[in-house]
Amino acid sequence: MPLVVEKIENGTVIDHIPAGMGLKVLEILKIDRNYGARVALMMNVPSKKVGKKDIVKVEGKSLDEKAVNKIALVAPNATLNIIKNSNVVEKKIVQLPKELRGAFKCPNPDCVTNLEPIETLFRMEKPEERRLRCGFCETMFEAKELIS
Amino acid sequence: MELVKDLISIRDLEKKHIDLILKKSSEMEQALKEGKQLNSLKGEVVATLFFEPSTRTRLSFQTAAMRLGAKVLSFESIGASSIVKGETFSDTIRMVDGYANLIIVRHAKEGSARYAAQLAEHPVINGGDGGNQHPTQTLLDLYTIKRAKKKIGGLNVTLLGDLKHARTMRSLLYGLSMYGANTTLVAPKGLEMNREVISEARERFGAKVEEKSKMDLTDADVLYLCRVQKERFSDQYEAEKVQKEFRITEDSIKGVKDDLIIMHPLPKVDEVAPEVDKSKYAYYYEQAKMGIPVRMAIMDAMVV
Repeated sequence: MPLVVEKIENGTVIDHIPAGMGLKVLEILKIDRNYGARVALMMNVPSKKVGKKDIVKVEGKSLDEKAVNKIALVAPNATLNIIKNSNVVEKKIVQLPKELRGAFKCPNPDCVTNLEPIETLFRMEKPEERRLRCGFCETMFEAKELIS
Repeated sequence: MELVKDLISIRDLEKKHIDLILKKSSEMEQALKEGKQLNSLKGEVVATLFFEPSTRTRLSFQTAAMRLGAKVLSFESIGASSIVKGETFSDTIRMVDGYANLIIVRHAKEGSARYAAQLAEHPVINGGDGGNQHPTQTLLDLYTIKRAKKKIGGLNVTLLGDLKHARTMRSLLYGLSMYGANTTLVAPKGLEMNREVISEARERFGAKVEEKSKMDLTDADVLYLCRVQKERFSDQYEAEKVQKEFRITEDSIKGVKDDLIIMHPLPKVDEVAPEVDKSKYAYYYEQAKMGIPVRMAIMDAMVV
């Protein structure tokens, strides 16, 4: 029996999130219990392509580049559907960014970016392994280390 | 050809940049030997900002700047600067950028020199940023090796000691790999070189890197060692055992190549027995001297 979730009028639907990462996407979007508008999180939805996936629907939210880049790290194959007046007006597939500015704190406590308020910078050095290097302390991190 | 605008990390340099520094260093060494007063930095002000203690690096930068005719600005200790009043790192850099034409920074935080270079209009040289990089040490190490052996490619170089925490070793492996040296890494268990650094050297330069847990110096042309610090071990008995095992004594250099050179970034404490200091293999005092011509070459290439 398929799960039916009502349509949103204006906002964003993020589809093809790896199963279990939907909550992380909500966290990236800074959606918590104080967010006033409608939000739907569907977890472990059957998918022909990947077996199981998560879907997030958020009313009244458009995503800026920083948020899209962050989502790309947790859900590299996610699709974003921009909804206006209940219609999909734009559909895009997220792409792993070459550079991430100011999106994450550097996990290295000895990095200078943790000394003063500096915009962090991470460069994608090994996209196939989703490994990034801090542009300041030069430490390599796995994407999951940045988002945790 | 120009060098890079800022010298922050050995990873930013290409072989042609290092070749340029090695060639210039040799010219500087010759000029020093002949007692020539050079004036390429005459009228310039060099600031040495050492937020962390240092003897060799600070003094050799200052000497090198003076040898090129520059004036030197410096605070002798953090205690004698406005940092004790809470002045931020960025404010200190911005202020000094208004006073000097070249800034040399040493700071405990990794990436601090990169950040200083973002803030300053004048060139910045990294004098050591925490456990990350110390590019001028690597350049002087490469110059010392080339000077002693006339080449770097094809040499058997053993890096020995705490390869996990020593920034010198990481940068040196990178530099040696660029020139095609065969590197053997010997480290106590748990203090091995970061996997990422080894795979980067292999991937970028096809470096020949071998890892061993026991010291064997029979084929080595160069032995480069650094200290294994007791505080890295929770078990003091284990610490002493490892320190003993990694100590260079007369016995450990029996049967080595006749022209082996032993290098050390200094300061050394007890990792080399005093009798080795007097042996023909000890090259670390010569290496420390090379700090002057190499840093002269770097500054000369950077201040245009």
